[in-house]
Amino acid sequence: MGIELKQVSKRVGAEMHIYEADLVLEKGGFNILLGTTLSGKTTLMRLMAGLEAPTSGEVWFDDKNVTGVRVQKREVAMVYQAFINYPSFTVFDNIASPLRVARLPDAEIRKRVGEIAELLKLSPMLDRMPDELSGGQQQRTALGRALVKNAPLVLLDEPLANLDYKLREELRDELPKLFENTGATVVYATSEPQEALMLGGHTATLHQGRITQYGVTAEIFRKPNTLISARVFSDPPMNTAIVDKQGDTFVLADGIRWPVSGKYSAMADSSYTLGIHPHHVTLGEAREDSIAINGLVQVAEISGSESIVHVDIAGNPWVSATQGVHPFEVGDSTELHMQVERCLYFDEDGSLVAS
Amino acid sequence: MSKTTNQKAWIFVIPVVVLVAFNALIPLMTVVNYSVQETFGNNVFFWEGVKWFEEVLNSSRFHASFLRQLAFTGTILLIEIPLGIAVALSMPKKGPWVSVCLVMMALPLLIPWNVVGAMWNIFALPDIGLLGRMINGLGINYNFTQQPAAAWITTIVMDVWHWTSLVVLLSYAGLCAIPDAYYQAAKIDGASAWAVFWRIQLPKMKRVLTIAILLRFMDSFMIYTEPFVLTGGGPGNTTTFLSIDLVKIALGQFDLGPAAAMSLIYFFVVLLLCWVFYTLMMRDEEQ
Amino acid sequence: MAKITLENIRHSYMPEPKKNEDYALQQIDAEWSDGSAYALLGPSGCGKTTLLNIISGLLTPSEGRVLFDESDVTDTPTTERQIAQVFQFPVVYDTMTVFDNLAFPLRNRGIAEDKVKTRVNEVAKMLDLENSLNKRAAGLTADGKQKISLGRGLVREDVNVIMFDEPLTVIDPHLKWLLRSKLKELHQQLGRTMIYVTHDQTEALTFADHVVVMYDGTVVQVGTPIELFEHPAHTFVGHFIGSPGMNILPCEMSDGAAHFAGNQVQTACTNLPSNGSDNIEVGVRPEFVEFDDEGLPVEIIKVDDLGRHQIVLARHDSNLIKMIVAEDAQIPSENPCISFSPAQTRLYKDSWVID
Repeated sequence: MGIELKQVSKRVGAEMHIYEADLVLEKGGFNILLGTTLSGKTTLMRLMAGLEAPTSGEVWFDDKNVTGVRVQKREVAMVYQAFINYPSFTVFDNIASPLRVARLPDAEIRKRVGEIAELLKLSPMLDRMPDELSGGQQQRTALGRALVKNAPLVLLDEPLANLDYKLREELRDELPKLFENTGATVVYATSEPQEALMLGGHTATLHQGRITQYGVTAEIFRKPNTLISARVFSDPPMNTAIVDKQGDTFVLADGIRWPVSGKYSAMADSSYTLGIHPHHVTLGEAREDSIAINGLVQVAEISGSESIVHVDIAGNPWVSATQGVHPFEVGDSTELHMQVERCLYFDEDGSLVAS
Repeated sequence: MSKTTNQKAWIFVIPVVVLVAFNALIPLMTVVNYSVQETFGNNVFFWEGVKWFEEVLNSSRFHASFLRQLAFTGTILLIEIPLGIAVALSMPKKGPWVSVCLVMMALPLLIPWNVVGAMWNIFALPDIGLLGRMINGLGINYNFTQQPAAAWITTIVMDVWHWTSLVVLLSYAGLCAIPDAYYQAAKIDGASAWAVFWRIQLPKMKRVLTIAILLRFMDSFMIYTEPFVLTGGGPGNTTTFLSIDLVKIALGQFDLGPAAAMSLIYFFVVLLLCWVFYTLMMRDEEQ
Repeated sequence: MAKITLENIRHSYMPEPKKNEDYALQQIDAEWSDGSAYALLGPSGCGKTTLLNIISGLLTPSEGRVLFDESDVTDTPTTERQIAQVFQFPVVYDTMTVFDNLAFPLRNRGIAEDKVKTRVNEVAKMLDLENSLNKRAAGLTADGKQKISLGRGLVREDVNVIMFDEPLTVIDPHLKWLLRSKLKELHQQLGRTMIYVTHDQTEALTFADHVVVMYDGTVVQVGTPIELFEHPAHTFVGHFIGSPGMNILPCEMSDGAAHFAGNQVQTACTNLPSNGSDNIEVGVRPEFVEFDDEGLPVEIIKVDDLGRHQIVLARHDSNLIKMIVAEDAQIPSENPCISFSPAQTRLYKDSWVID
């Protein structure tokens, strides 16, 4: 077992920053904490690292109870959003610093730093000072310092947020690979659902101090257990509407209805919140698994490979994401195709009933 | 964010606690002891209760020196704070002159306080002092050893010379922390220089200015060395500020009881005024 | 509203620039017409913020002229250029209320108070700030403050162009989405020229009518989002736009046709370069690479499930090729082969497209 949180909570003053959290992260896995700012990701990471002690509950690492053990005694490496490097050390010294603290022999230090620098493409920059480097290079130096430590637990707090879009993409590709071979348990915090999907691994969604769901990233995306998890994990935001199940038909306002198929037939006749991803509501050609809905176009955004259209469907502001370029006029009534088999239904508590 | 508790820290704290107790708490307790008793020497003490406190609070001498102190502190705050801000505003933010300016500003702060007093004493002497001689040469009859007004002005000028730099350095630090984008946005909004000062620079310097005002207030309210060396409290008692008066009573007249009582009242006044200042300035932050 | 012309603009931050590398902007000639939405897109350090500041007057160019509607404004100060700019992080006057913040630019110009009131209320409505007008600006969230910054630009009716310098940097992804759509909506409503600087291609492509792609101080391509996506003029544009970017593969010319790894490739190029030419590359976007039983055999290294689609990393010899495949598409397990869509495959010589 990598790291386990048992009923961990954190109270600061009168506020609960983390409510009783139970989480088991597999050893050597790549885990993502997904949530908006202030949802508790950083606090949770600090609790895992030992920078903060939980108000209640226990933190277990590698089958040992480490609650209350100071962070210097734990083997943790952490990388922050702001590129944090020792400003008066060269890149070489920065990466070497944890090894120097551990009093390794010089030859060994040089070898390890050389390897890491090669991996992170920093070899030509080993003699430079951090403020002479670009943002991406500074962050790679910070990553190097975390990697060289070979710590069994690596925490990354939105490390790519301050970088260029393209650079972010490249580093995102590299990161899981970098840590794969070390066998370390990696925890990566982010507020971007796209990033979580691109990194893969397992994800825990956080909302206002609670862990709402944990599982394989793509599965959580497809099957969120609550409306809240669904909302945290969608960008563009998930489309929702109130629907009624009446016998064998689902009814959305304004005469939009569709038949209840096999997997939904077990649902009771009641009112539900429908959730459907924007890429399952498309423009263009009809599909055999979809029904046609009419909507009024509000705003349209074309990104070259995708058309993102904001429409009004019976008073609900919905977003449709379609591959390819689709011309239209604002204010037009347009036909959308909703894939009914992809609909998620949530009951009044927000829990998933059927998908 | 709270840090993990560390019991070992107490080992570092205990020696300091002992030292502070020895140097500060015990003498303080001694003063409290004296303030409620009467002695004629030979370590014989008689309980007096609140008599000394009443006497001090009703004494016109105390009122006079208290008012003088308030006037002094008020005047120098009114001069040093705006002047300090103005100088900080005119200092360059980048370039080779920055270090030169900073060093020049720091210099007055490095001089021992009694030397400051002695310097200005000689400098302002009407007959042999450079400044004193020059002013008298201009036809103005200036003699700080005999004229109360001249003594006040000289004391204030000396303090402004000595301490404005502190306000300058603190304000400068505050100003440097303001990102360029604010100035650029103000340009685009067509804001006048005054609006930039009032709406951007001053609000952003609030934290730093609070520190500057508190520091100057406390230091000036307890001022002793410089005016004592400069004027000795004179002419007469026109520049006898609270601490000077206190020392006169305690050591000069050896009235330990009233002196002790006065010290305690002095202490509480400073504490109270600091608390009021701080609360007023930090009140906006809470909102 | 004005037409903005940039003539022979070169800019260096050094007092005595000697070589090309000393210039932040190498050579810019451009014309921006009335009322369109432009995006300046490029990685950090490409000169886009420099260019923006030259247009707004916060920076005077080392060489060249800036013209607003044929009149030379190169030396005109910012306050007289009638522009508005929204910065990377929200700039609000903390001591004033939201109303006073929005009224500030008008009051500074001596506009009558009743006109100020009407205008501020109009703009507050456009930006959904009506309920916050009496609150202190310092108390709003980041996106609220950015809206105020934007509002200060919109409130003046004499504004020629509104410029945005990476304005969504500090905004949460969920709100980023909303604010971006709001900007697009505002542009459609008001029809004012807007120039938007960003390194995020999604922001640029969804917002702009015309995108100016910059790299290393020069303009590499100007075009609509669709043009940039389908006809990148330079391999940099191909790489920078699209997530993931274009596949750029080595290519040889022989027998009058383009060959990749020994196989002939059909391209959209009509002027094929001669046999044996150097520095020829084939560019094809992952969206236009498909599985084709009669195509090039490849080895599948990784499949990433991104929710709305899958990204397949394939390899042929030492060349890596990325493909985007539909969400529920089957990945062939035996002998996968791929082909490139001819109409979307382009040839590049020395990184520039051959048409």
